[in-house]
Amino acid sequence: MAKEMKPNEIIGSIDYNPPKTDWMSTPVQIKPGMFCWGAKAKSINTVGFPNARDWNPGEEDWKLPENWQGTVLEGIADRLKKYRSFRLFMDICVRCGACADKCHFYIGSGDPKNMPVLRAELMRSVYRRYFTTPGKMLGKLAGARDLDINVLKEWWYYFFQCTECRRCSVFCPYGIDTAEITIMGRELMNLLGLNIEWTMGPVAACYMKGNHLGLEPHTITSNIEFMLDDIETITGIKVNPSFNRKGAEILFVTPSGDLFADPGTYTCMGYLMLFHELGLDYTWSTYASEGGNFGFFTSNEMAKRLNSKIYAEAKRLGVKYIIGGECGHMWRVLNQYMDTWNGPADFLEVPKSPITGTVFENTKSTKMVHIVEFTADLIKNGKLKLDPSRNDHLKVTFHDSCNTARGMGFFEEPRFVAKAVCNNFYEMPEDTIREKTFCCGSGSGLNAGEDMDLRMRGGLPRANAVKFVRDKYGVNMLANICAIDRAALTTSMNYWVPGVGVTGVHELVANALVMKGEKPRTTDLRGEPLPNAGGESDV
Amino acid sequence: MPNIEFQGKQIEVDDDGYLINLADWVPELATWMSGQDGMTLTEAHWEVINFLRDYYQKYQIAPMIKILVKEIAKSLGPEKGNTKYLYELYPAGPAKQACRYAGLPKPTGCV
Repeated sequence: MAKEMKPNEIIGSIDYNPPKTDWMSTPVQIKPGMFCWGAKAKSINTVGFPNARDWNPGEEDWKLPENWQGTVLEGIADRLKKYRSFRLFMDICVRCGACADKCHFYIGSGDPKNMPVLRAELMRSVYRRYFTTPGKMLGKLAGARDLDINVLKEWWYYFFQCTECRRCSVFCPYGIDTAEITIMGRELMNLLGLNIEWTMGPVAACYMKGNHLGLEPHTITSNIEFMLDDIETITGIKVNPSFNRKGAEILFVTPSGDLFADPGTYTCMGYLMLFHELGLDYTWSTYASEGGNFGFFTSNEMAKRLNSKIYAEAKRLGVKYIIGGECGHMWRVLNQYMDTWNGPADFLEVPKSPITGTVFENTKSTKMVHIVEFTADLIKNGKLKLDPSRNDHLKVTFHDSCNTARGMGFFEEPRFVAKAVCNNFYEMPEDTIREKTFCCGSGSGLNAGEDMDLRMRGGLPRANAVKFVRDKYGVNMLANICAIDRAALTTSMNYWVPGVGVTGVHELVANALVMKGEKPRTTDLRGEPLPNAGGESDV
Repeated sequence: MPNIEFQGKQIEVDDDGYLINLADWVPELATWMSGQDGMTLTEAHWEVINFLRDYYQKYQIAPMIKILVKEIAKSLGPEKGNTKYLYELYPAGPAKQACRYAGLPKPTGCV
């Protein structure tokens, strides 16, 4: 295991001077702390992917199958035919360099192969060699190179040093989506069994048990019951959600992290309290018990397989539509792929809020509405009684999750909700939010323990912007709408910006939500004393 | 997959030293693992390990930290029912270190 570096050691180690040798002549070094463990045979076997075996990326022998080059080249040819975007992105880059310094991993590491243009060039060089005439004839002169074992290792190392956040693509004058290149790179390596366990473990668990963590039905209900006890202690109100209930109007699906790990569990309490207060006719499912989709970090085919259970369960239960919880990549999958993969969901209705009557026209194709949008509509129509002063102990900023921001243009609703439930809200600098938001540094299945050096480097730009608002305004809480964020930013804040906590938006909503028949609240959902606790009604 | 040698037997563990097979666990293994980290297990440590194992048998996963905290408050007194106390017992984190000594796999996903 790599020695844990202190923050000032990381800062001191960042060197933006490129190596003296040309990039093609600079061999990859697989450094501890910068990569995740290889996927285990057991996980790969569970979903029937090729070349299942236990392997260690730190060792010389990766136990590749015979003729692995042929497999990769065939894989590229297939994908060039199937995805027009892939061929386009291989062809059109003019290497202007606009993306070069936009990547959080480049900023945090100084490694030129983390410049999105060069990371993509790792694959383009192979594409040119085997799929273009100049590359076939002129080789290196035309920027082409052979696919050998060192090139493959370089691919693996750097395609798992990209979180598919797409910040670089915002700045690309051609609109090249480097995330799609990483996605293709990971698909190709998938053909050789070169996955990482931090994604394959959850994929296998989700395939067998319905969610990434492998929570069994009785574990899910027991965890939620535990939260209900806490809600009762705090509010005096007994909440009674239903599970797998046929005939409910709405199915609710959220990432399983919310059912297990702090601070996501507080967000989950927030959902439970809000739905109870509304008297919403909804159900949880212990089968479609995962909104997230780590399959998306291995291959499109796997993502489709994992995603299919959401519609299957909606159909089985006979609900009218689906509400989805606070998750990042879940929404990229839902918003951009679900309908074409597993739709059309013509057995569902266009989501319509039973409280306000608002029809969510933008969800016409998927029939799945984002909980923050649902809540924003409630607040806009004055349907919630809120006491934002209960969040007065918090100075809040909002981190746009890459996938909801750049994957679906979801900027205003979370801010509208956060500002309605908190009196102290401050934005981070403009170049670090909305479509230009910086990644948490651990997305796309890289939030493991063994790659902590990589994660903290990648998390530095986001943390730096948080530090700015902490120092300037005293911000002490970083709100977001993503389960990976809630896990990853907690670690990154503790490391880079101590004193800043991490919260989901619905935790803030539930703190402020004045519920019918509640007892005077003395603590927030975390059991921390409220600013005005003990006084008269603070409504 | 790496192995550790314990009492003359090869025991399979993952890259972070977590047991692959729960059935390989014996109490002496927890003592041995903690010794490798320069720790001595006290009765309070065992409270945690035993609870983790019981919980895992029933739920096939480690408990939420909240559940562990409440359980420790029940058995060791309310003043010990907090995450700070658990971190004092297991400085590398109750979810990681205590689970490893208890022979449980580490949870993966958005955690």
